[in-house]
Amino acid sequence: MPQRIVILGGGTGGTMVANRLRRVYSASEATISVVDRDDRHVYQPGLLFVPFGLARVEDIVRPRRRQFRRDVNFYESEVEQVDLDEHRVELADGTRLPYDVLIVATGVRLQPEETEGLTGDGWRERMFTFYDVPGAEQLAAALERFDGGRLVVNIVDLPIKCPVAPLEFAFLADAYFTERGIRADVDIAYVTPLDAAFTKPVAAERLAGLLEEKHIELVTEFSVGEVDGAGGKIVSWDEREEPFDLLVTVPLHAGAGYVSRTEGLGDDLGFVPVDPHTLQSRVRPNVFALGDAAGVPISKAGSVTHFEGEVLTENVRRFLAGEELDASYDGHANCFIETGFGKALLIDFNYETEPLPGRFPSAVGPLPLLKESRLNHLGKLMFQWLYWHALLPGRDLPGISAQMPSHGKEHHPEHV
Amino acid sequence: MTTTEIAGTPVERDAEGFLVDPSQWTREVAEEIARENGIELTPAHWQVVQFMRNRYLETGSAPSIRSLGKESGVPIKELYQLFPKGPAKLAAKIGGIPKPRGCI
Repeated sequence: MPQRIVILGGGTGGTMVANRLRRVYSASEATISVVDRDDRHVYQPGLLFVPFGLARVEDIVRPRRRQFRRDVNFYESEVEQVDLDEHRVELADGTRLPYDVLIVATGVRLQPEETEGLTGDGWRERMFTFYDVPGAEQLAAALERFDGGRLVVNIVDLPIKCPVAPLEFAFLADAYFTERGIRADVDIAYVTPLDAAFTKPVAAERLAGLLEEKHIELVTEFSVGEVDGAGGKIVSWDEREEPFDLLVTVPLHAGAGYVSRTEGLGDDLGFVPVDPHTLQSRVRPNVFALGDAAGVPISKAGSVTHFEGEVLTENVRRFLAGEELDASYDGHANCFIETGFGKALLIDFNYETEPLPGRFPSAVGPLPLLKESRLNHLGKLMFQWLYWHALLPGRDLPGISAQMPSHGKEHHPEHV
Repeated sequence: MTTTEIAGTPVERDAEGFLVDPSQWTREVAEEIARENGIELTPAHWQVVQFMRNRYLETGSAPSIRSLGKESGVPIKELYQLFPKGPAKLAAKIGGIPKPRGCI
């Protein structure tokens, strides 16, 4: 009888792992089923560009089912819950999917309603998020109408997907208003609950420098308790206020609803705790998780999901063969940070090593780390092609390994 | 990572002052770390610190500020009055457990 592999979520992680596993097993050796609530696969890094008219939604969304190899079964349904004891997934439409291995790859759910006032007066009128497709489109229209005032970019709480995206948004907004000739009429503020511009010290310092250069005000340790859409201000728990004419928010993130409905599967935010090196869940040995859905101490980012996917595929194979798991995932993350005017930074880091300056060895030659360059911007644009044609089909990207390269990094950088 | 003596006990702390080994924690250590951060511990502080610490010891991770607000019995607004700026971070530091995740 074939092994039954069920993958919840048909996004970056679920699709890539389904395709990689399909190459490991013939159809008679394993069935591979993927469940997702819709058939729209969004290239999420593209959402950043939509508000500025630099990408169109139709360019970044494709049907999920067309991204799979042959012999991957796709179920379009919400997940009701998982029966961990009976090894069975229950779908909202009543279908039951028994599994030998379950892979949780359902990403995150945005929860704007968890912040008082955020979904009240002004929501999607003067308060937006670009973290989903409708939000990014509405924000594009709002930016077009905006001809001056205070733009506040705010992160409600951590963890969030792609922690650099709100910074990129602020940088791109600076470029956008400059190109429209109205930068002098716009104040931009970056308001974060962190005590710095970013989570890791060396990168935080460089990014704070860039914010300053671009005349973007940095407000730290600001945790939003309440949003007053009518009055145009966000209020922190310790009663500080930041006024806005246009608010771009990154709402609270949580895991998928069924994770919370399944006793023992998730933590208190609905993320699935896993061994950070093997990605095997703590709750059952035949449950794995990757990507934004996994509770591991590294940024929630597409690159993380990609590198996790390589290790996870091998570990599913080893688990089903009764072999010892491969504990080689090191928390590798690699992110381009758009800084506007056709430039970008690159950061590369893992569980142990924070983002450092230096050079990143790549197939097209060394890319500068933590430093603005046109080459990095081109790298970011080129990546969209690689995403659909190499990453999702589960091909290895040339010169990019799941483990972080130490070569090229300056381990004792001078602080700038 | 440095070893220092707090309230007569040698403890190991990371660069930000969090204890490396939660078992080196005592109530006296907590009081001293609180003082370093300008806090004199009241029963309300203790309620939060104990909740954080117990949750960490039971589950291996510290609660988020939101579940702290829902489950510790102290609403979020008051948490910010008790532990200015970052309640989860400060209560974790005082409770002798690692810096809460999420800051990644």
